[in-house]
Amino acid sequence: MSIRLISALIAVAPFAASAQSQLNMTQGVSEISQRVYDLHMTIFYICCVIGLIVFGIMFASMILHRKSKGHQPATFHENVKVEIIWTAIPFIILVGMAIPATKTLIAMEDTSESDVTIIVTGSQWKWHYKYFDRDVEYYSLLATPQEQINNRLQKGENYLLEVDRPLVIPTDRKVRFLVTSDDVIHSWWVPDFAIKKDANPGFINEIWTKVEQPGIYRGQCAELCGKDHGFMPIVVIAKEPEEFAAWLDEQEALALEAKAEEQRLLALSMSKDELMSLGESVYLGNCAACHQPNGEGIPGVFPSLKGTDMILNDRAAHIDIVVNGKRGTAMQAFGSQLSLRELAAVITYERNAWGNNTGDLVQAADVNEFLNR
Amino acid sequence: MSTAVGEMTNHDHHHHAPSGFTRWLFTTNHKEIGSLYLWFSFIMFLVGGSMAMVIRAELFEPGLQLVDPHFFNQMTTVHGLVMVFGAVMPAFVGLANWMIPLMIGAPDMALPRMNNWSFWILPFAFMILLGSLFMDGGGPAFGWTFYAPLSTTYSTDSTALFVFSVHIMGISSIMGAINVIVTVMNMRAPGMTYMKMPMFVWTWFVTAFLLIAVMPVLACAATMVLTDKYFGTSFFDAAGGGDPVLFQHIFWFFGHPEVYIMILPSFGIVSAIIPAFSRKKLFGYSSMVYATGAIAGLSFLVWAHHMFTTGMPVGAEIFFMYATMLISVPTGVKVFNWVATMWRGSISFETPMLFAMAFVVLFTIGGFSGLMLAITPADFQYHDSYFVVAHFHYVLVSGAVFSIMAAAYYWLPKWTGHMYDEKLGRLHFWCSLISVNVLFFPMHFVGLAGMPRRIPDYALQFADINQIVSYGAFAFGLSQLIFLWVLIKCVRGGEKAPDKPWEGAEGLEWTVPSPAPLHTFETPPEVK
Repeated sequence: MSIRLISALIAVAPFAASAQSQLNMTQGVSEISQRVYDLHMTIFYICCVIGLIVFGIMFASMILHRKSKGHQPATFHENVKVEIIWTAIPFIILVGMAIPATKTLIAMEDTSESDVTIIVTGSQWKWHYKYFDRDVEYYSLLATPQEQINNRLQKGENYLLEVDRPLVIPTDRKVRFLVTSDDVIHSWWVPDFAIKKDANPGFINEIWTKVEQPGIYRGQCAELCGKDHGFMPIVVIAKEPEEFAAWLDEQEALALEAKAEEQRLLALSMSKDELMSLGESVYLGNCAACHQPNGEGIPGVFPSLKGTDMILNDRAAHIDIVVNGKRGTAMQAFGSQLSLRELAAVITYERNAWGNNTGDLVQAADVNEFLNR
Repeated sequence: MSTAVGEMTNHDHHHHAPSGFTRWLFTTNHKEIGSLYLWFSFIMFLVGGSMAMVIRAELFEPGLQLVDPHFFNQMTTVHGLVMVFGAVMPAFVGLANWMIPLMIGAPDMALPRMNNWSFWILPFAFMILLGSLFMDGGGPAFGWTFYAPLSTTYSTDSTALFVFSVHIMGISSIMGAINVIVTVMNMRAPGMTYMKMPMFVWTWFVTAFLLIAVMPVLACAATMVLTDKYFGTSFFDAAGGGDPVLFQHIFWFFGHPEVYIMILPSFGIVSAIIPAFSRKKLFGYSSMVYATGAIAGLSFLVWAHHMFTTGMPVGAEIFFMYATMLISVPTGVKVFNWVATMWRGSISFETPMLFAMAFVVLFTIGGFSGLMLAITPADFQYHDSYFVVAHFHYVLVSGAVFSIMAAAYYWLPKWTGHMYDEKLGRLHFWCSLISVNVLFFPMHFVGLAGMPRRIPDYALQFADINQIVSYGAFAFGLSQLIFLWVLIKCVRGGEKAPDKPWEGAEGLEWTVPSPAPLHTFETPPEVK
């Protein structure tokens, strides 16, 4: 019966030894992840040995001491010495295991003297990264197209593990992450760093890594966070420190430029076609997960936008809820996530799509009034 | 004397016992209530199982095919709730009702009317829970662990029904537990001292105390979720001075002892079956009793090992790691004792024994992955991955559920008066054994490779293993229909069972006729 199981366990061992297996924990790319992997393999082998002994005796008994072979039952039913021995031996093994585990744990929790700090914020269903003391922050969204998820297009190599803007960190530097959330609990997990930390709303958790090799590392949200929990991946690019510094400077310059551009745009008006086409793409990327591509929402969970009172009759309330969100619900404040242009476009789109024909155009300047409230 | 008692029984029967549906609705007889519990739990097992089939069908290949993610989350949530509170726990209460009075020589449970009530509120609890799936917005979708604030601010209105049904399940469990404790303490036959009680009675006795200790804690957690959602409190909302992690501490202070509630009676069952079919006394009875107590005591000190990634202070992490590792010592003692019981016995392999031996091996594998999960640094990788899903299904399906099946086969002759079909029983066993491992063993691998749990769609490198797992799931699901067939066949007829159908079985339950008459031990037996 379970000989099959044991042989399955043994069959895993060679896989376990190879570095990047699809069947075993990754050894990762930091000293800590290597230590975690070693702990995992040690305890795994201990379990295998104990299993072999215990199941071995059990199977021997099943083969040797069966009634069909005419084996007569013995009458012993206790032996204090044996019982003390098999209580004490596991205890000693555990102590031996606890020592390296404790050392690794203490090292993992020591977030002092970091070189770079990044604030990681989860929200339904995307990650936000902010470089501490720098003017660089952005959202990182799933980049896999909906058509691939719905099986209408061939799935790409990194299906569900790709984002529009990956997090970038330096190699050989101690990078500290401050992890928190805007709404429900998420969990930031990158297996190659052996990091998994819950993002709790209203509290900040700390974790760190020191990546040894440049590369692209992928992970996922690990804590059930609602409908699209399976669709908020994490992608981290580790670059050489100089390359990273140059990248960060460039991003800061780009962010400043974009801000200036926003101010310039305030004075300009966009045409309806422009607003509608930009609006549709923003809507599908940011709103459709809840309100659905047809604007009808999910009854009892996410409200419909089609022909609703607020959209048809209360323009101000509509702009306000998109820009500032609604506290105590899943409706986020998109004022901090989208540019003025994108906000204007998506609101215009919602006011004119799916038969909502209000004919209203909302411009960047209109949105700006609500942003500064 | 015995004729007088017999006449009284008959008298009672002819004039007062209602028939048809009201017989079952008003029954206060421990055997009838036990049967109600067992059938109810089997129906719930099939309901929860069909939800698992939906989950595995969606996960058969990458991409979204059958259900949308919101419905997928409802399936994982309700599958968990139905299996824990609807299938496993009521099955154990059913076994307790049937067997504890027969094992300690008592005429019935101590509180028969409460017994009736504790069963009959259960169907309503599950009607409410399952009915909520048909509401606008669907049923609960926040996982059976209902972590705040996903279950408060961000949940749909079915949460109110969910909380109500959890309360009813809790009340039912508490009443069942009180009944077991009062029965065991007061109604043992003369000469049946505590240290002479069968292991099944002992483990249930300890389980009942665990239930009374922790079900109110679950009720608190559920009530706080309700008031946070509807009455403006902020227990779990940082904006109002609360803390979402507080919820997890409260939940798991219930949740971890709950895990042992679902496994201790299994230990009792296996400790009855292995000696019976090894034709040898249970090895180390008293150390078994002490180990049960030790496991129960430790179960209150390890709850936060479910929460290593929530950002606890390192000192707390170390404490919970050590305490959790310590649990493997008494659990190991139990496994060693079962193996030592088999050693140099005279073993035969009827279906109950097959399930009991599979329990020992597969539960131990679940224990090994549990020990791995206790190692906090490694847990950071395992946590919330399919490795955890594999771990707790090994303990709960090939552990608890296998032991319940072993118990059913072991005592079916006593319950029905017929022998079950041994060939079909063995077919059921082998189909279940193979499929349960195809189903759950590969989950370890996808978990280690980085697949999170509770996701409706996954990256391409997990595709092959998920397909194997789904095949295993469909096979395991179908195998249970064999069990249904065996049960129906055995209830309706079959070879006449003797009073004691198992040569090596021990205990008072084998001294009464098969099927056990409605009233037994009206005159207490003498235990030497």
